[in-house]
Amino acid sequence: MTTAAALANNIQDIEIDLLLEGVYRAHGFDFREYSRASIKRRVLELMRAERAETVSAFQHKLLHNAASLERFLLGVSVHATSMFRDPSFYLTFRRRVVPLLRTYPTVQIWVAGCSTGEEVYSLAILLQEENLYQKCRVYATDISQAVLRKAREGIFPLASMREYTANYHRAGGLHEFSDYYTAQYDSVIFSPGLRSNLVFSEHNLATDGSFNEFQVILCRNVMIYFNKELQARVHNLLYDSLSMFGVFGLGNKESLKFTPRAQQYEHLDGGDKLYRKVA
Amino acid sequence: MSFDIVVIGTSTGGLKALQIVLSSLPPDFPLPAVIVQHRGKISDDGLCEFLAEFCNMPISEPEDKEPILPGHAYLAPRDYHLLIQNGSFALSIDAPEAFARPSINALFETAADAFAERAIAVILTGANRDGVRGVSAIKARGGLTIVEDPATAACGELPAAVIERMNPDWIVPLHEIAPLLVKLIAVHNAGAPSPRSTTESAVQYGS
Repeated sequence: MTTAAALANNIQDIEIDLLLEGVYRAHGFDFREYSRASIKRRVLELMRAERAETVSAFQHKLLHNAASLERFLLGVSVHATSMFRDPSFYLTFRRRVVPLLRTYPTVQIWVAGCSTGEEVYSLAILLQEENLYQKCRVYATDISQAVLRKAREGIFPLASMREYTANYHRAGGLHEFSDYYTAQYDSVIFSPGLRSNLVFSEHNLATDGSFNEFQVILCRNVMIYFNKELQARVHNLLYDSLSMFGVFGLGNKESLKFTPRAQQYEHLDGGDKLYRKVA
Repeated sequence: MSFDIVVIGTSTGGLKALQIVLSSLPPDFPLPAVIVQHRGKISDDGLCEFLAEFCNMPISEPEDKEPILPGHAYLAPRDYHLLIQNGSFALSIDAPEAFARPSINALFETAADAFAERAIAVILTGANRDGVRGVSAIKARGGLTIVEDPATAACGELPAAVIERMNPDWIVPLHEIAPLLVKLIAVHNAGAPSPRSTTESAVQYGS
């Protein structure tokens, strides 16, 4: 039984290789260097959602059915995250990064891998409260048009607001979190005022190059989905896109250790993964 | 065939259970021990420090892509899934499974993929079904499965659900889990014949 299970698993791993190769060749989305453990789980979950019996059958849909592909791209881009996730990160941002940003005439910020936008709106709120928003331009990018559409809308479940409100206050929020949204049935929509300096656009960290120079780049809990080789390339891309003395932010369980640019950043105080490019 | 990893899953009541298991594993425990304890999103930052008081091995919350080292205990960080691939950890912020992130299934299923029959899975006390699928995956790939006796468990729901679903190799009281792990690993990893076969030969030839 062990052998049969091992064999079946082997075949399935081959099928996953072929599916990722097929998606790349047909559509240019390169998941081949994503971290295998997580992309495998995601592929199998999406396969079941598409009612495909096997990974090969799923591959067939992805190659021949545009709607299937869009659902797949959305599925791999959506993560279950929260607004003001890791509130201490935002607190440190307020205390250590905001003073630096005040010294610039304009601030270009890149949220790389913005998914459904929770982090982007959190940042917009923070910048507004610190009276910086007017001189900031936030570029929020992701690989999927469908996920960007969702992010642009600024609509989130009402049920999440309790958690987000608690996070907001822990993150040093100055007002009432509910000031920033209006409730509609079981959703909330964030105020259009928060969206004025946000630009949502497509960008693929695995395949695309640099497109601007930024004073702040946030790429939190995005590269965890990449394998080490891809992470290294993306670290180079992000480094190249960051101004000298610009600030780089990662998720709280990510690390610069063993990445190509580790020596070129200094860690800002505190337990959070905020770094400044110094070399 | 030797064992190369121990994965442990627990939810409700796990704190106490982990204290007991970890304090009974020797400082020179030869394998990595990777733990998912269901935990809140924010509240329990001190969990790892707390467990370190009882753990004879170094214990830490791994970062993404950190290598998995023998003789080291690892605790899944809050609000991430902890996955295993090759010889390192990978993190994910995919949706909670059975409302849990970190999820026991995510750890166990990826451990089953990466280690197959070289994995030992341990299920301790718990209140929901997160873990049932994971233990089944370990078993399907030929790994060893150990479940805390529901009678000793603070919350027997998870152990009982696992037992009902997949017939684990061992069902033992909490206090016997660590000694059992030590014994099984010593036997299998040394390549020594198991005590049972020695006894059998004794019966065959000795009497």
